[in-house]
Amino acid sequence: MTTSALGQTIAVDLNGLVFSHPVLAASGCLSTGRDVPSVVDVHRLAGVVTRSITVAPSRGSVVPRAAETASGLLSHVGLQNPGVDEFLAKDLPRLVRAKVPVIASIAGTRLDEYVRLTTALDRRPGIVALEVYVSTSDEEFAGEPFHASPERLNEIVGAVARMSRLPVFVKLPPMLPELVETARVCIRAGASGLTLIDAVPGLAVDADRLQSRLAAPIGGLSGPAIKPIALAAVYQVAHVMPRVPIMGVGGVSTAADAVEFLLAGAWAVQVGTAMLVNPSAPVEIAQGIASYLKEKGISSPADLRGRLRVRGEPAGDAAS
Amino acid sequence: MKRARAEVLNARRFGVYHSITVVAPEVAQRARPGQFVSIGMPQGRSFIFRRQFSIHEASRRGGWAGTLEFVFDRHGPGTSWLAGVRVHEFLDVIGPLGTAFAYPAKLNACLLVSEGHASAPMYFLAQELRARGKRVDMIVGAETHEHVFKPIEGKRLSQTFSIVTADGSLGERGSVLDALPGMLETTGAEVVYAAAPRPTLRAIAEMCLEREIPSQIAIEDEMPCGTGLCYTCAIPVIRKDGGGYDNLRACAEGPVFNPARILWDRWIGDAPGSAPTPPEGYAKVRTWPG
Ligand SMILES: Cc1cc2nc3c(=O)[nH]c(=O)nc-3n(C[C@H](O)[C@H](O)[C@H](O)COP(=O)(O)OP(=O)(O)OC[C@H]3O[C@@H](n4cnc5c(N)ncnc54)[C@H](O)[C@@H]3O)c2cc1C
Ligand SMILES: Cc1cc2nc3c(=O)[nH]c(=O)nc-3n(C[C@H](O)[C@H](O)[C@H](O)COP(=O)(O)O)c2cc1C
Repeated sequence: MTTSALGQTIAVDLNGLVFSHPVLAASGCLSTGRDVPSVVDVHRLAGVVTRSITVAPSRGSVVPRAAETASGLLSHVGLQNPGVDEFLAKDLPRLVRAKVPVIASIAGTRLDEYVRLTTALDRRPGIVALEVYVSTSDEEFAGEPFHASPERLNEIVGAVARMSRLPVFVKLPPMLPELVETARVCIRAGASGLTLIDAVPGLAVDADRLQSRLAAPIGGLSGPAIKPIALAAVYQVAHVMPRVPIMGVGGVSTAADAVEFLLAGAWAVQVGTAMLVNPSAPVEIAQGIASYLKEKGISSPADLRGRLRVRGEPAGDAAS
Repeated sequence: MKRARAEVLNARRFGVYHSITVVAPEVAQRARPGQFVSIGMPQGRSFIFRRQFSIHEASRRGGWAGTLEFVFDRHGPGTSWLAGVRVHEFLDVIGPLGTAFAYPAKLNACLLVSEGHASAPMYFLAQELRARGKRVDMIVGAETHEHVFKPIEGKRLSQTFSIVTADGSLGERGSVLDALPGMLETTGAEVVYAAAPRPTLRAIAEMCLEREIPSQIAIEDEMPCGTGLCYTCAIPVIRKDGGGYDNLRACAEGPVFNPARILWDRWIGDAPGSAPTPPEGYAKVRTWPG
């Protein structure tokens, strides 16, 4: 879909990482590659970010794992995945056969696990980038999530980036005291780009039974409910680091949503929850972006990037 | 699995239930009892999950060929919206989804037990079992007579049709669990199929295990997508070799399961961590009907 039926190109170039259009499947919403349902047109996706892969297989968290909340999905899957060896043996070949660029999402609880995952995945045909998941708790450092400590983040991201010849994206949650500073730490450590945002912590309560609706009990909120939070994160970071590729994720359901992310400074978008309920959402969104560009007479998605004008400011000051 | 923009051919009510028949030939042709369809909700509303419904009837022949029917009662925003859907409107349908009930090869007497809207797939199953020459008996339970699912059709499809209502307004007063032991005796049931809320399913499963009667259950679980993508509708199921368990997806590896392989305490126990692996490991359970 590099060139749309409408003539203009909707390919995007994330500093050398090129996608045929700007819409990828978000991590966790298209399994690791096995039994992808036939209703998803995998080969028409710009790319697939895998469910986060760990060194050992993981059964994931106890049930119940999901609840519907206003315009949102609250979930806690606990990184259920087959582990890296089985991923390489059984899952990756299927994605490669579907001819879709793969971004492997990796998650660990210790530095050596990230190292092991990087070496295992780095030279595998089909994998075009790594996405480092840093919301897991750090077993070597008081159980805090990695993203809570700039030192640990620097260590983990630095190790992955040094060992990998692939572009490395770091996926950050929005509610960090210093999001922009944290983003800077990742880039200085060697990351090529950022994925913003991970699901937002949430709690759903069943007042009838006086109990939480998830066993976790706090889960990650996704879907339309979190779009403004994700947009704010993208905007904040893109504003100070306009040359760093950002993949925007969080509540993208329509082409209009995707365009909003591009305007806020994203270079591409990922679609999660919307694809769960509409398996062809990513393809429809890509087509919608093409129509939007055509209508506005804009030649490529990159020309939208960061063009967001702040209301009240004179028009001339928009992203120069 | 196919996705269709399916036209509503018929939308009607019986008792407290709403029934919708859609034109979806590719789905209807493949559908087997126990499988379900997933219905997309309208965009821009606050409820976003797809809603899942058992296939009540799939017509492959005759004037209704290519259509399928599902039945629901109103309990939340999704079913309330569906209750307002009219003939000639279109629904986003994905199906058939999940695993189907397996038919016994040699065993003959089949007892079908269900409660409330969970009875929906049982009529389809009864038809298919009858077409294979099996004996079919049914127990249908409900709150009141208005919740009893198609009693006349049930009688037509089964040798004995036992109705139980919580308020005694139709049939016996009580629950399907009160009726089950007697029916197991009188019908000489060799195989039990069940669909009901989880505590009832668990009790049915235990009664069957005690009597060494093979059984299959269809479960309902919260399913955001229905197609296997999200991995949230997990059910802890013991591996065939007894060496541990896996969290299987109710939508893809289910909704039909052999209840003897479910770790019930881990699934629906109040303290989910309360089902440790026994020191001698889990018992091997034969998959059924194999
Ligand atoms: C395989 C399968 C087959 C089903 N077949 C039928 C059927 O034939 N007829 C029928 O009336 N209903 C059936 N259900 C249940 C039905 O899908 C839900 O009750 C319905 O989606 C409720 O939507 P709501 O918005 O009206 O209610 P709400 O209660 O507001 O639902 C909110 C969300 O919670 C989910 N949910 C909460 N508890 C459960 C539960 N115990 N089981 C399933 N989903 C739950 C719903 O699916 C929905 O996503 C089936 C469910 C499954 C999984
Ligand atoms: C069911 C589910 C599983 C997820 N699993 C992962 C995961 O394994 N790794 C990860 O980085 N993000 C995971 N996410 C988060 C998404 O990738 C995404 O960041 C988030 O859902 C927000 O995007 P959305 O609103 O488009 O869904 C998961 C989300 C959902 C809904």
